[in-house]
Amino acid sequence: MTGHGVPLELYQLVAALLFTIGLVGVLVRRSALVIFMSIELMLNAVNLSFVAFSRLHGQMDGQIFVFFVMSVAAAEVAVGLAILVAIFRNRETASVDDVHLLKG
Amino acid sequence: MGLNQLWLVPALPLLGAILNGIAAGKLPRKVVSVIGVGSVGLSLLIALACFRELLALPEDARRVTQGLFTWVQSGDFQADVRYALDPLGAVMMLVVTGVGFLIHVYSTGYMGHEKAYGRYFSFLNLFTFSMLTLVLADNFLLMFLGWEAVGLCSYLLIGFGYQRPAAAEAGKKAFVVNRIGDWGFLLGIFLIFVTFGTLDFSAVFAQAPQKLAVGSALAAAIALLLFLGAVGKSAQIPLYVWLPDAMEGPTPVSALIHAATMVTAGVYMVARCHVLYLLSPVALLTVAIVGAATALFAATIGLVQNDIKRVLAYSTVSQLGYMFLACGVGAFASGIFHLMTHAFFKALLFLGAGSVIHALSGEQDLWKMGGLKPHLPRTHATVLVATLAIAGIFPFAGFFSKDEILWNAWLHGGPVLWGAGVVGAFLTAFYMFRLYFLTFGGRSRVTEEAKHHLHESPNSMTVPLIILAVLSLVGGLVQVPLLSGGQRLDAFLEPVFADAALVAGTGVAHGAASVAGSAAAHGAASGAAHAPGVEITLMVISLIVALSGIFVAHRFYVADPDLPCRLAERAKGFYRLLFNKYWIDEVYDSRIVQPIYRGSVRLWERFDAAVIDGAVNGVGKQIERGAALLRQAQTGYVQVYALILTLGAVVVLGYLALR
Repeated sequence: MTGHGVPLELYQLVAALLFTIGLVGVLVRRSALVIFMSIELMLNAVNLSFVAFSRLHGQMDGQIFVFFVMSVAAAEVAVGLAILVAIFRNRETASVDDVHLLKG
Repeated sequence: MGLNQLWLVPALPLLGAILNGIAAGKLPRKVVSVIGVGSVGLSLLIALACFRELLALPEDARRVTQGLFTWVQSGDFQADVRYALDPLGAVMMLVVTGVGFLIHVYSTGYMGHEKAYGRYFSFLNLFTFSMLTLVLADNFLLMFLGWEAVGLCSYLLIGFGYQRPAAAEAGKKAFVVNRIGDWGFLLGIFLIFVTFGTLDFSAVFAQAPQKLAVGSALAAAIALLLFLGAVGKSAQIPLYVWLPDAMEGPTPVSALIHAATMVTAGVYMVARCHVLYLLSPVALLTVAIVGAATALFAATIGLVQNDIKRVLAYSTVSQLGYMFLACGVGAFASGIFHLMTHAFFKALLFLGAGSVIHALSGEQDLWKMGGLKPHLPRTHATVLVATLAIAGIFPFAGFFSKDEILWNAWLHGGPVLWGAGVVGAFLTAFYMFRLYFLTFGGRSRVTEEAKHHLHESPNSMTVPLIILAVLSLVGGLVQVPLLSGGQRLDAFLEPVFADAALVAGTGVAHGAASVAGSAAAHGAASGAAHAPGVEITLMVISLIVALSGIFVAHRFYVADPDLPCRLAERAKGFYRLLFNKYWIDEVYDSRIVQPIYRGSVRLWERFDAAVIDGAVNGVGKQIERGAALLRQAQTGYVQVYALILTLGAVVVLGYLALR
């Protein structure tokens, strides 16, 4: 049972929508900054799904997990943005297409 | 000092070789000489003491062995480093240490100006050690060790002046040709081990008459394979070609290794294995024929060579042929007798030639010598003795030994082998006196510059010459024919060759009336078989033949010096055939060496380069190509990776959903 009579399917639908938007953003955008934001979107889609199931089963595990995800995401952004800034300073670009040196 | 110190006989020269080898030219010449000559001198003294103790033993107990340590132990197979002294080994040991010592002394004079003095003596000592190991070994494996080691020393000393390409080439040639013979020797040893299960001489020879039937294929195979080794080492047809080239080495080396000792190792080995040879008439006949053919063949080449050392080299090949002829007709003791006398007079001839070469500042061409008699009185006198000895003039050593071989060839081999020997004797007398007359007689053809330095050699060189001359003069007296009790060497060697009679017994029992049978029957009834009338007649014939050889040589090269040229002109084809040594070297080169060379090049190109290298490189190349293909996937665009990741996830999820 979920609160306010909103059915689980709706939560899942929104989560799937958010996730797909994030995924497409990661795949098609060239700016590293936007890719970061898209990743955040995907993480939050998963968080939404966690919370919805948590409510459904009346257990707190899912919500605790969300906290973990959020804190790890924050750390990731901190490190990632630092790298991004370093790259931009060196190469004057934030496009991932310009950073493809690691290849066979 | 005596038989208990037998091991010191080979060990001392080894020590000398190690000391001079390690010092590597850092020692002053005097010290090198003392170590080099002293070690062999001590070894000679101990050898003499051992010989005296051996003589004191009763005749049938004259075989003393001394084991040092076990060399190889594997399953049933065991080979010890064990030295044995018996009459045959004693004769060889005394020849090696005695002649070896004299040549070491001579070398101090002859090699006095040589830069690599220490290296020379190190090699020479190593050779003495190896040769003593060869003749004193108590089993085939240790004998083979010595056999290979003398080959190595021969290679090292032929190529001693390795800065000259000819010397390096000659050393290589000697080594490779000997390898062919050693291959046979080694196969023979394997066959002996398979047949007898041991390599100890006494065990093999004791079992041989029971395990091998007379005339069996196995006996023939063993004997012939061993003989192949002897053919290589002792420079017989068809493997003699290395010996004349070996003359590139220093002259004392030619005297010691390529005349007196190493090249006689084959004769020694055949005599040592006489039991095996007597069991195979075919092998024995082969030995006799090869020996007689070589004696005659090499002598004809010797007739026209112009290099003093090459004449002596062909003479050595020829004389070795005589020794094999003796062995082939079953007269092993005669072969060893000739080996001994030959060691004396051939070493003397080489050392004398060395003295001449030394006096003429390195000139070896006979046509640039002549008239040296007054300038080199000692060398002249001693070389004359040696020349008379090798020509077979009574009462020099060569007369007794050669005559005994011819007599045995007549008795057991028939008139053909005897005839070959007699013709060879005539040729020997001729070419040796040709050498003598061209060197010492006639008028001088010495170049002005060489004449300037002309001098008799120092005492260190002439004293060994004199000692060897005395030995060449009296060496034959240990074995006087016809006289009762005169055959002292025969009597001394009797215990070694006594089992020849034993084999003959079985041989006759099997009805093998053959060379072996009759030869061994001679051993049993040697006294009775001697018909004095025939023997004296043959002796006179060979003496007349030798004298006529000398006479012809005198006529050719002293009385009428133009005669050789006229004759060479008249028989131009034959002269060129002889002068070019029957073109054997060229034939070998074009028929054997070149095809092998070309075949090797082809194998290298078609198999080694194409197949082996092709396989190795091909595998590498294919991996590289595959990697280049796979590498395309690694674009470096992180979004492509992400896409592939997503697609993979979709595929996995799709599979799980639709399952």
